[in-house]
Amino acid sequence: MSFVLDIALTHLRSRVRQTVVGVLGVATGVGFSIMMAALMEGSQADFIRQLVDSLPHISVTDETRNPPRQPAETRYDVVQIDGLRTPVVRPGIKNPMAIMASIESWVPGAIAPSVQAKAVIRYAGRDTATSFTGLDPKREQKVSKLATQMRQGSLDALYKATNALILGDGLAKKIGARVGNTVTIVSGAGRTLDCTIVGIAHTGVAQIDDVSSYGLIKTGQILASQIGLVNELRIRVADALQARTVATRIEAETGYKSVSWQEAHEDLLSAFEVRNIIMYTVVGAILLVASFGTFNIVSTITHEKARDIAIMKSLGFRAKSVRRIFVIEAAAIGLIGALIGWGLGYVLTRAMGSIEIKSPFMDSSTIPVLYSPLHYALATVVAVASSLFAGYFPARKAAAVEPVDIIRGAS
Amino acid sequence: MRAPLIETRNATRIIAGDVPATLVADVDVSVSAGEFIAIIGPSGSGKSSLLYLLGLLDRPTSGEVYLEGVATSALDDDSRADMRLATLGFVFQFHFLLPEFSARENIILPMRALRRLSEKAQVARADMLLEQLGLKDHAHKRPDQMSGGQRQRVAIARALANDPKVVLADEPTGNLDTHSGERVLEILNDLVSSGQRAVVMVTHDLALAARADRQIRIVDGRIAI
Ligand SMILES: Nc1ncnc2c1ncn2[C@@H]1O[C@H](COP(=O)(O)OP(=O)(O)OP(=O)(O)O)[C@@H](O)[C@H]1O
Ligand SMILES: [Mg+2]
Repeated sequence: MSFVLDIALTHLRSRVRQTVVGVLGVATGVGFSIMMAALMEGSQADFIRQLVDSLPHISVTDETRNPPRQPAETRYDVVQIDGLRTPVVRPGIKNPMAIMASIESWVPGAIAPSVQAKAVIRYAGRDTATSFTGLDPKREQKVSKLATQMRQGSLDALYKATNALILGDGLAKKIGARVGNTVTIVSGAGRTLDCTIVGIAHTGVAQIDDVSSYGLIKTGQILASQIGLVNELRIRVADALQARTVATRIEAETGYKSVSWQEAHEDLLSAFEVRNIIMYTVVGAILLVASFGTFNIVSTITHEKARDIAIMKSLGFRAKSVRRIFVIEAAAIGLIGALIGWGLGYVLTRAMGSIEIKSPFMDSSTIPVLYSPLHYALATVVAVASSLFAGYFPARKAAAVEPVDIIRGAS
Repeated sequence: MRAPLIETRNATRIIAGDVPATLVADVDVSVSAGEFIAIIGPSGSGKSSLLYLLGLLDRPTSGEVYLEGVATSALDDDSRADMRLATLGFVFQFHFLLPEFSARENIILPMRALRRLSEKAQVARADMLLEQLGLKDHAHKRPDQMSGGQRQRVAIARALANDPKVVLADEPTGNLDTHSGERVLEILNDLVSSGQRAVVMVTHDLALAARADRQIRIVDGRIAI
């Protein structure tokens, strides 16, 4: 062992109380940082997972991003068009089967057609708005978790009755309907259908469960009064993170607006970014505060050890060696603190992860946490770096001591 | 002829301040191998200050200090530290041992810094020095577990650790009884007897000084005859 390391460790060993305080300071900082990161990223990952699971990764709709090109625009170079109104009747995706086949040929994943319709459910004398989705149960199972999110009944039950209907559990509760009840649906196109409730779905996202109803595509087409209508293709890609790239390509190839889940929830994702910035700032501050302890200890030691520093320098130790002694002390406090902090962070995270909560938005029974080695590594790097930084200044001051000044004073 | 181990030319040390203090003025001394030199003089005359200049602990404000013929005053701190480590050995009036380390560890420390010897050889040399100074049974004691005389001998052993050419001792017997002081003097005398090394010792004790090869008397920072 180098003598520099030896001296550094001896200093720390002979100051157990101060060292323990410093180490615990860093450990607490690292521990809470790890816990906080686990909580923040845990809830974020949980939220995104629920989001990604409950919605298609990509939704290709019969809309276009720009208004349709008007004849006048073709005719003249410069045109100003005001008050352009889109037709009430949705055009639908032209030739949906061919488009699905072409998308299926290159996109790794699954695709399912659907019909969207705004409608009102009439039950027990009350009207409640619903967002109706007509779907293909066989294909739907491959693009969404809906099939596994059935509280009662199943997707296949849609085949069992004419105009069968599945309600989101929030909606079912709101209107007070149960499986087996018959409700009336009035569509925006003016069609009225009597439907039998064959299932209750629960995606876990209240915004969806409170308004959604599901039926067969055919039912949707009747409600929309458009035979053969498909106005949405929903795609689940093998790698959810690829959704944005795939969506861009689909849009380029088909001309239809295709929106990835990332784009649909841009606001949420950017809110997460803000959250992460806040988190890293707070975590950084915690660790910085912990490093004040290191600074305190190292500068106390350098003061107490002024005489020893003078001795070492008078013996012929270079300033660099003396500086290294105290930098090593700071690093050791940071490192040992970080290691203990790992344990503390893990225990805290476990404890947090076992707390049960009730959330109006989500139905997770315990606080979601995310264990990531990155959190541990990052907290360690920041803790050790800030300890080093904190130790460097007193160490540099100590190394600059002129031995003769102290020896003169002492003898 | 070989250059003296240490030589000063017009070495002067002035401390600047409201009232500038002249610690050492125009001192020319030369220390050759095989010499045992005593520096004497009244309290506050500048004996210690001169020793710090000779030992490269302090820089002269004017004049020059040569170590084995090399002018040292303009060298950087690291070079001067290296010279102290390899060529010079210090014994201060107060033992100045590192309190957390045992006698043996204190003695080994300069050897570990110099790295001229293997670790095994360092331990062997430390034990040899402990033996020579009659400290064999105290190798594992920390400074606070030893008497003043024992500590002073450990400090001498540490000064000898890297086999320095010159040992500079500032009142090494100041805190010791006559018997212990006598032992210390014997040890220093043995050092110079081989003719390879030199000892410069500051002392108040004229009887001790009389046994040196040469005495340098300092009054008011100057050499007095
Ligand atoms: N920092 C300082 N500022 C001003 N004067 C100083 C300073 N340090 C020492 N002196 C003065 O320098 C002179 C020489 O001091 P030095 O310690 O060399 O004397 P000394 O001969 O070793 O004395 P003693 O025998 O008491 O140890 C003294 O008069 C002292 O007061
Ligand atoms: Mg003195």
